[in-house]
Amino acid sequence: MNGLIGRLLLQRLIAAIATLWFVATAVFVITNLLPGDVAQELLGQSATPEAVAGLRKALGLDVPPLQRYFQWLGHLVQGDPGRSLVNQMPVAGLIGSRLGNSLLLAGITALVAVPVALLLGIAAAVWRGSVFDRIIGAGTILIVSVPEFLVASAAVLIFAVHLKWVPALSQLGRIDGIADVIRVFALPVFTLSCVIVAQMARMTRAALIDALSSSYVEMAVLKGASPGRIILTHALPNAVGPIANAIAFSLSFLLGGVIIVETIFNYPGIAKLMVDGVATRDLPLVQACAMLFCGAYLILVTLADIAAIVANPRLRHQ
Amino acid sequence: MTKPQSDIMATLAYYDRERLMAATRGGASRRDMLGLLGALGIGAGFGGTLIGAATTAHAQTPKKGGKIRVAGFGSSTADTLDPAKQSFSTDYCRCTMFYNGLTELDETMTPKLALAESIAHDKATVWTIKLRKGVQFHNGKELTSEDVVFSLKRHHDPATGSKAKALAELMKEIVATGTHEVKITLSGPNADFPVVLGTFHFLIAQAGTTDFSKGIGTGPFKCKEFTPGVRSIAVRNENYWKQGAGPYLDEIEFFGIPDAGARLNALLAGDVHLIGNVAPAAAKTILATKGLAILETKSGNYTDLVMRGDSAPGNNADFVLGMKHLMNRELIKRNVFQGYAEVANDQPIPPLNRFHAADLPQRKFDPEKAKFHLNKAGALGSPLQVVTSPAATGSVEMGLLLQQAANGIGMKIDLKQVPADGYWSNYWMKVPVGYGNINPRPTADILFSLFFASTAAWNESAWKNEAFDKVLVAARAETDDGKRKQMYRDLQLMVHETSGIGIPVFINGLDGHTDKLKGLKPMGTGSLMGYAFGEHVWLDA
Repeated sequence: MNGLIGRLLLQRLIAAIATLWFVATAVFVITNLLPGDVAQELLGQSATPEAVAGLRKALGLDVPPLQRYFQWLGHLVQGDPGRSLVNQMPVAGLIGSRLGNSLLLAGITALVAVPVALLLGIAAAVWRGSVFDRIIGAGTILIVSVPEFLVASAAVLIFAVHLKWVPALSQLGRIDGIADVIRVFALPVFTLSCVIVAQMARMTRAALIDALSSSYVEMAVLKGASPGRIILTHALPNAVGPIANAIAFSLSFLLGGVIIVETIFNYPGIAKLMVDGVATRDLPLVQACAMLFCGAYLILVTLADIAAIVANPRLRHQ
Repeated sequence: MTKPQSDIMATLAYYDRERLMAATRGGASRRDMLGLLGALGIGAGFGGTLIGAATTAHAQTPKKGGKIRVAGFGSSTADTLDPAKQSFSTDYCRCTMFYNGLTELDETMTPKLALAESIAHDKATVWTIKLRKGVQFHNGKELTSEDVVFSLKRHHDPATGSKAKALAELMKEIVATGTHEVKITLSGPNADFPVVLGTFHFLIAQAGTTDFSKGIGTGPFKCKEFTPGVRSIAVRNENYWKQGAGPYLDEIEFFGIPDAGARLNALLAGDVHLIGNVAPAAAKTILATKGLAILETKSGNYTDLVMRGDSAPGNNADFVLGMKHLMNRELIKRNVFQGYAEVANDQPIPPLNRFHAADLPQRKFDPEKAKFHLNKAGALGSPLQVVTSPAATGSVEMGLLLQQAANGIGMKIDLKQVPADGYWSNYWMKVPVGYGNINPRPTADILFSLFFASTAAWNESAWKNEAFDKVLVAARAETDDGKRKQMYRDLQLMVHETSGIGIPVFINGLDGHTDKLKGLKPMGTGSLMGYAFGEHVWLDA
């Protein structure tokens, strides 16, 4: 098993470096193609040609793009993502101050959503074809089809504006004790769970049903194994691969794709940071965020693959 | 505002009324009031009753203490506490908490002394400014002329990225003539210079500052925390140089919620005490909610139809005139802004400005006249492309109304809606016919110089008028207000008649707040009390 995981990690590391480099280059090219640069965006209506030229020079934007690209790449290899062109703060600091928030939100959502999704998926697979299964099937389709801004806005209107159970904004500055944590995170976690539970539950159900219809499960049934034993020790380990991948996919979304939730609940996470970066053409910031999301995705996918190997006896004993 | 009962009130023009009531509420002394009444041509005998009527509702004395949370409408990593770089209301709100200017503008946009103790001038060209003594920065250093010279000179350096660089060019020489005296020589006479000094970008920071994120100024609040794109926390400056007034609050937490719906919900849910920029439709929801109120501010903000004079079809005078007649101003006011707007007359000086020319004939929606002129310009035959964008407030809706009106006279308008992102650098002033949005400016001179002078960088419609340029320069040097008023009237008439911009309405600013928050009043300098609410508001808990 160790050899297998070692080989996998080595392959993934090489692929990751290549992917990150490709993403960095692509983002650099695309942001340079966007109309307007940081000097124009910063000066807005005051962007007289003279003022723009002066600011460009001060920000080092008068250097040819290719040269800037290599400068940035050189610094990045040494672990320095540079400074924000917009507010001159170190990009690492900007990201650092918000990455924790994003990880916290993603972590709490995962703690809620993953068990719920697995339970729903497993239950639906066990009682497949039943009324319960059909309700889960239709329900998840329904929830995943509702745009998240609608879920979030409706939740705020009901629970914050009318019932006043929870605040409309999720701001960390006001947390004092565990009750506050629940109040502050209730709505964003609920909204995000709506988005990701459906996908994970459906994937779990499909993978498990696939395993349950296999001949080795039939054999276990014939031997008289209990239903719990059949599901947990015979069917589930073989289904972990696709389930873990679905979870990894959902979690990577939680890190970088939650701009709507961050906007509506005014939550200072990293998705909003990247959108700000794009809006102001703050290249170092956009680059660093893109690399971060890409890196997180690669790590999660690798973890999912490792989980599949560890959980599956056939792969484990190879 | 209190409904005026007195008969005298009815005889006053709306603006004068508002000014009078505002002054009374603002705590103007009896002596100030009599002066103001005198200026309006009203005898002192009537004044007494009037003052009594207006002050009863506002007799509460401000209380000290309390924390409030305020949501502005924009916030990003570009948020700054550098006075020169401020771009949005969020920056203005914060910087007015932390810094002061040499002067500050009152509700009629008249400059009042702030950090300056006296301002004297020679032919409106050489200005000598004496500084108030004993004023301390938040870090304990005393304010001296060195700080003023530093703060003003920064604007000239392109590397600063100052938003007021063009405006600052008028200061040719800035020198300290003593520890508390500065002499500023202008490139030409400018009677409005004290007003310029009272604008946001000319707030005074400490000499030698390179890191502005600490917000060290002389202002009513100290900066406890500031993270661009996240929030700022301001705490009361116990050592504030102004005596007998604000600041009253212990702490103000300020952040931006760009999403209008989320901002409204935050107010409705009681999460925040004050929100900026309420959409006209949302104002109804707020007014219908117990415990909430709206602060309506008349302003000079306008969204204008820009017809470039350097290309077809805008270079045809008949086309321009026809399009101006095609704008249904009343409908725009009613439908696009739900009544929260004032009908405008194709010139940029709003009624609240003392130089507004109220006697110019109002241009009306007149499809027949529009058809006549557009036909003469040959514009009825081919479709016309008009660019709209959410970046220019209300332009998408205004474009639709224009399209409908054009349909009525057999003219086809193709609306091209483009995203707000990059609008100002890629479409504004580049497309032949499109929309712009101009924020209020403190003086008629600045407004005309920035947007209408032939050489102005943002001459939106590429309008060239030599006579206009000459009168503009002459009016700048004129210190007699009567003569100036006549000059500005002439300028407004020229813009109204021949420039390539159509201004249908002036948009009123709307802010929502809990009625526990007191001390708010409309200011001519902009919404949220000219973005300087921090110093003046107090909490009635």
